[in-house]
Amino acid sequence: MAAANKIAVMRSELGRVRALGAGRAGTAHWWAQRVTAVALVPLTIWFVIDALRLAGLPRSVVAHWASHPINAALLAALVLATFHHAQLGLRVVVEDYVHGERTRMALVLLIQGAAAILCLISLIAIVRLATVV
Amino acid sequence: MAEFTLPANSKVRPGKTHAAPAGAKRVGSFRIYRWSPDDDENPRLDTYEIDLDACGPMVLDALIKIKNEVDSTLTFRRSCREGICGSCAMNIDGTNTLACLKPIDEVKGAVRIYPLPHMPVMKDLVPDLTQAYAQLRSVEPWLKADTPAPPDAERLQSTEERAKLDGLWECILCFCCTTSCPSYWWNGDRYLGPAVLLAAYRWIADSRDEATGERLDALQDPFKLYRCHTIMNCTQTCPKNLNPAQAIGQIKTLMLERQG
Repeated sequence: MAAANKIAVMRSELGRVRALGAGRAGTAHWWAQRVTAVALVPLTIWFVIDALRLAGLPRSVVAHWASHPINAALLAALVLATFHHAQLGLRVVVEDYVHGERTRMALVLLIQGAAAILCLISLIAIVRLATVV
Repeated sequence: MAEFTLPANSKVRPGKTHAAPAGAKRVGSFRIYRWSPDDDENPRLDTYEIDLDACGPMVLDALIKIKNEVDSTLTFRRSCREGICGSCAMNIDGTNTLACLKPIDEVKGAVRIYPLPHMPVMKDLVPDLTQAYAQLRSVEPWLKADTPAPPDAERLQSTEERAKLDGLWECILCFCCTTSCPSYWWNGDRYLGPAVLLAAYRWIADSRDEATGERLDALQDPFKLYRCHTIMNCTQTCPKNLNPAQAIGQIKTLMLERQG
């Protein structure tokens, strides 16, 4: 080979593979991803149909529609499911492709923070729309 | 930053061409990845043309013929030549498979032969499998039971219970599946890979084993098990027609079940 390679890691292969042991987490995220995915199918279909119906109508009509408890609840459910699903998915992407520990942690915090803020903004918007007098 | 090209000293250069002997009617062309740790050169792609009428039907037959008659420096692992030992696992025509079970005629055009993808290369077509073996060892692939075996008798298992092990015990640990998995390429140091997870499930599914809870505990990790995103390359490439993706799915089902 070229220049002498200094061996920095002399830990055994088995030691490296066992590493820090199992993290005792994983199933909850995996299940949440699937639950939100299943929930999003009917929620998104419902939202698209109603949004197309309401397109172009005056704000007062939309506010009246949103003030119905069922519509408000479904809107809130849509927002919660969407941001939770998106945040979980992006987190998995970062875990897959980003290998620097600090960079990965920083990106996950960024993603979770952005999802939380956007979720809150959306929920507040729904409340304001639904409670317009 | 992401690497979009190979490092400069890893790029595969065109190599030597060894022409077919005169008078050969059916000529097969083999483009084989070559690299030696004994020199400072880049990997290269050597082309060997051989007379297929004077060669056995499988790719391994061609490799052995090339090593015997053309270039004895060609290095590869082989043993049983019947698809049971797993030594000759390599990437042939873009697919991971056993050279001894791959008919030459199944490949259109030149046969491209590369080592198993994304593994450290020891020489030519020989990958370094020590990490994969360590991962297999880490799932403790042996019977663990607190109940002592009946004296002078075997631990009993019904026909139905034994049937659950079919499709799992036949794995020859060739690692074609593991090295076909993109998740293993990007996270091979932390993700166990389909072969090892199939081995883990073989012991989880064994009715005689009493350490199922511990085995599932050891897999409860975002990387060890849950880097599997059901890409399914593993089942597609298995030269023994096993289904690691299904075994992994069954582990995930059990993980969910134990949570209530």
